[in-house]
Order: sequence, then structure tokens, then C-alpha cells
Amino acid sequence: MTTLTEAEAPPPLAPTAPEQKPPRKRGRFTPYWLLLPGILWLIVFFALPMIYQASTSVQQGSLEQGYKVTWHFATYWDAFSEYWPQFLRSVFYAAGATVLCLLLGYPLAYLIAFRAGRWRNLIMVLVIAPFFTSFLIRTLAWKTILADNGPVVHVLNSLHVLDVTNWLGWTAGDRVLATPLAVVCGLTYNFLPFMILPLYTSLERIDGRLHEAAGDLYARPWTTFRKVTFPLSMPGVVSGTLLTFIPAAGDYVNSELLGSTDTRMIGNVIQTQFLRILDYPTAAALSFILMAAILAMVTIYIRRSGTEDLV
Amino acid sequence: MPFVNWLKRHLVVIAGTLTLAYLLLPNVIVTVFSFNKPKGRFNYEWQQFSLDAWKQPCGVADMCGSLSISLQIAVWATVGATILGTMIAFALVRYRFRARGSVNSLIFLPMAMPEVVMAASLLTLFLNMGAQLGFWTILIAHIMFCLSFVVTAVKARVMSMDPRLEEAARDLYAGPVQTFLRVTLPIAAPGIAAGALLSFALSFDDFIITNFNAGSTVTFPMFVWGSAQRGTPVQINVIGTAMFLVAVLITLFSMLVGNSRNKQRA
Repeated sequence: MTTLTEAEAPPPLAPTAPEQKPPRKRGRFTPYWLLLPGILWLIVFFALPMIYQASTSVQQGSLEQGYKVTWHFATYWDAFSEYWPQFLRSVFYAAGATVLCLLLGYPLAYLIAFRAGRWRNLIMVLVIAPFFTSFLIRTLAWKTILADNGPVVHVLNSLHVLDVTNWLGWTAGDRVLATPLAVVCGLTYNFLPFMILPLYTSLERIDGRLHEAAGDLYARPWTTFRKVTFPLSMPGVVSGTLLTFIPAAGDYVNSELLGSTDTRMIGNVIQTQFLRILDYPTAAALSFILMAAILAMVTIYIRRSGTEDLV
Repeated sequence: MPFVNWLKRHLVVIAGTLTLAYLLLPNVIVTVFSFNKPKGRFNYEWQQFSLDAWKQPCGVADMCGSLSISLQIAVWATVGATILGTMIAFALVRYRFRARGSVNSLIFLPMAMPEVVMAASLLTLFLNMGAQLGFWTILIAHIMFCLSFVVTAVKARVMSMDPRLEEAARDLYAGPVQTFLRVTLPIAAPGIAAGALLSFALSFDDFIITNFNAGSTVTFPMFVWGSAQRGTPVQINVIGTAMFLVAVLITLFSMLVGNSRNKQRA
């Protein structure tokens, strides 16, 4: 493999080993050979399935008699009109979890980037290490933490926090488990590292002298943050929110383990339709709507935040 | 008000520490409850201290089997995704070619897609092809979604590489293969290692895509999922704790080695 591209290939000054072909000729097809296996893999197992899924969504039939493409677009309408509450819920839960991740993750990312000193590496390890314990086990631990007679519920109850959340419809009765609050809490927990790491990366790049300069120009710490630090960390904020929102919107694990039938998200519906009810056209249509909705939201978001170099 | 001032100055540290606690609390619970002796089938309430589960980590039927399947899949998915992804990353950074934009979006899209969508569409493909769901379909799926992460990790590293180092190697009469093996690869190695590590973690812990495409094969996350319905054995906490400890130790060790190396160089 050589670094010479066709454009910049100078006449070979250094004698190359005789058994090797000159770099120029190697360079022409090398990129395609390098790309071929991986790209083929993605085309066959990522792009092609999307097409199959689109085709399945407009098919009619049954498991026994097989499915045929009948261009039955009504499936989309039926699926959407039946499951729009779950769609809406997914968007709300995911948005809530994303906001919470940003609020919780920013201070920690800031701490690691600017204030941790020699503890920086250790804290990074502690942020990443939970990844290595299966996230399902860790999510199940929330069942213990939020248990009905556990300390968390007890404290929230005696501080009358649950009264407020009950009034907001986030919890019900004296429980946190099996409520929207538990699901959002689980989603926030599960995707928090995906917010912290991009935030940290973009904060770490900021030149510390900018903070000094802001201070020299009589900016208070909060003003420095608002006018200097936060705008410079925007790439991290954007990719962090995307990395949190997208998986959270399609998640069904937290809703299943920590929620109830009243907290079912669109992922739960797709999973049930596909794996239990075996209604493939409806499931494919739902999954297609979810994909389209997320792609649309992501595109608008990236355009508006002006960080298109992300892609 | 000295206290308020102190609070103001350390607000970030306090908030960050609280977030860290939020992140680590479940791991603490998992560890503590690995020493529990639950009354019923579920290990959600503390009863009494016991070392039973640690003495017999494989005492639960099928659990260690699923663990070994998960490990095998993770290893092969890491190997596959790292090789394919590194090749793509080098092609993207080092060469100009047509369809560059499409290649970039094909890499980006799997990361911007909810897992459940990829899982469902891959299942329609396998069903249409009449493929037997199991080990191989899981492996195919895992290589697919790990690939993009490897490309991103390796690309970042190769992009920040100084091309003059390779020119210097060539000026010193190194052939292309020698240059690649002795200069390019060692410099790109941290990126490749990061990509491989990420692949391993993603593959080992994947549930959603696996759940759709596994057929009757049970990976470790699927075992945990099933146990959430049937009853959670204490042993899954033992495995979770052990994995956490091993990860922390390996990372700390590699950091120590890295530090001492840096010191030697300096």
C-alpha cells in the first residue's frame, strides 16, 4: 500500500525494490480494492434490507399463504393511525432523555476537560467502563434502585416530589417503577456516555487561552461560558444529542424492563409485530415510518445547527 | 458568604461528580447484589450476604453457554469489522476516487439509524432469502453495524498523521510494504485498536439486532433478557461485576504502560 495518489506522484527518485510494481500503477485501483469488501457488506446487509423492508411494507398476505406485493399503501395509514400515540411517546421520551443527558453530561464533560487535572484519565475510565457490563444487567439494577419500598422512592415521597410528578403525569401513585419517569430515567442513564464523549472531545479542543482572554476582557465566568465555551462546543452538543436521541427513539428495552403497558414506545410495537404477532407488513411499515421520521428530523437539525461537516 | 462562594467555584465539580455517581450507581448495585441470597426467583431485593453465586458462576443452566457464544461472536465480529473498516478508512483518507460522497453516507447511515430499524429490515432480508437464523446471521449483523464505528475511529487517526513521516521512510529507501508495516501501521495502530475495542464492546453487548436475527441461538444479553421474565439468577450479577472489574483493570494497566513508555521517550 502506498500513500502516493495519482495527482501528486513524483517521478520515482528512490529505487523501488525490483519485484514491486511502481507506485503509480498500484495507486489507480487500490482505493476500489480497499473499499470493495466493506462497502459490499454494507450494501448487501444494510442497504438491500431497507429495500426488502420497503417492499414488505406494501405486501399483503398471510404467513401460511405467503406474501405478495400489492402496493397496498393503506398499511402505512392503518399502522400510523393505530400506533401514533406510541410514535408520539417515543419522540417525547427520547427528547426528554436527550435534554437530561445534556444537562447531566455537560458538567461532567466540562469537569473532565478543564478541571480534572491528574484525575482525568481515571474519570474517563469510569465513564467508559460501565459499557463492559451488559447494559441489560445495568438496566435491571434500576429496578432495585427505583423499587417501591426503596430509599429513592421514599425520599422523593417525603419531599413531595412525587406529588408534582404525579400531577404532571410522569408517575402514578407512590410508584416510580412502571411509569414514564422510570423509562426516561433508564433511557437517560443508558445513553449518557454517548453524550459525554462527544462533548468532551469538542471541549478538550478549546484553547484554554480563550478563557483567559474572555476573563481579561472582564467577562464573568457565566458570560465566558455562554459566549465562548458553549458556542465552541456546539459540534459536540450536536453529535451528542444525535447519538442520544436516535437510539433512544427506537429503544424498547427500557420501556419493557422499567415501564408498563402504558409506556410502550414504537420500538416495542415493532418488536411485538415482528417477533410475536408476525404481521410483517405492518411491522415493516412502522419501521419505515420511524426511519423516515428520524432521518427527516436529523437532516433538519444538522442543517439548522450548521454543522454539516459532521457527516 | 464564603460558603456560597465556595459553592459557586465548585459548582461544576459537584454537578459532574453527581453525574458520575448516577453513571456508576447501577454498577455498584450489580456488584452488591452479586453477594445476595434472594428469596424468590428475582434478585431485586436485598436478603442476606452469600458467596454462593461467586463459588458457582456457571451454576445456572445455559448461562455460560450463552456467554461463550457471545464471546465467539464478539471476537469474530471484531476481527471482521476491524479489517474491513480499516481498509475503508485508508481508502477514504489516502485516495481520491469517485462516489466518495456515497461511500461516506453509506458509512454514516448505519450510525444514524435506530437499531430496531436495521434489525427489522435485516430480518426481512434473511426471511426473504430463507436463511437459517442463528450464529451466522448474528455475526453478519454485528460486522455490519460495527463497521462504521471502526471506519470513524481509524479515519480520525490516519487523518491526523503527518504524511512526511512516510515520505521520510521512502527517502530512506523503504519499499511500500516496508513503509506500511514499519511506519504507517504503527502510527495508525491506536485508531485501529480503539475501533476494535469499540466493536468488541458493541457486539458483545448488543441486544436489539441480535434479538431479531438470532433464531433460537441465545447470546448472553438474550439470556439476561429472558431471565428478566423468568427470574434473574444472582450469577448474571457475578458476570456483570467480573466484566466491569476486568475492563477497569485492563484500561488502568494499559494506561500505566502507556505512561511509562511516554516517560521513557521523554
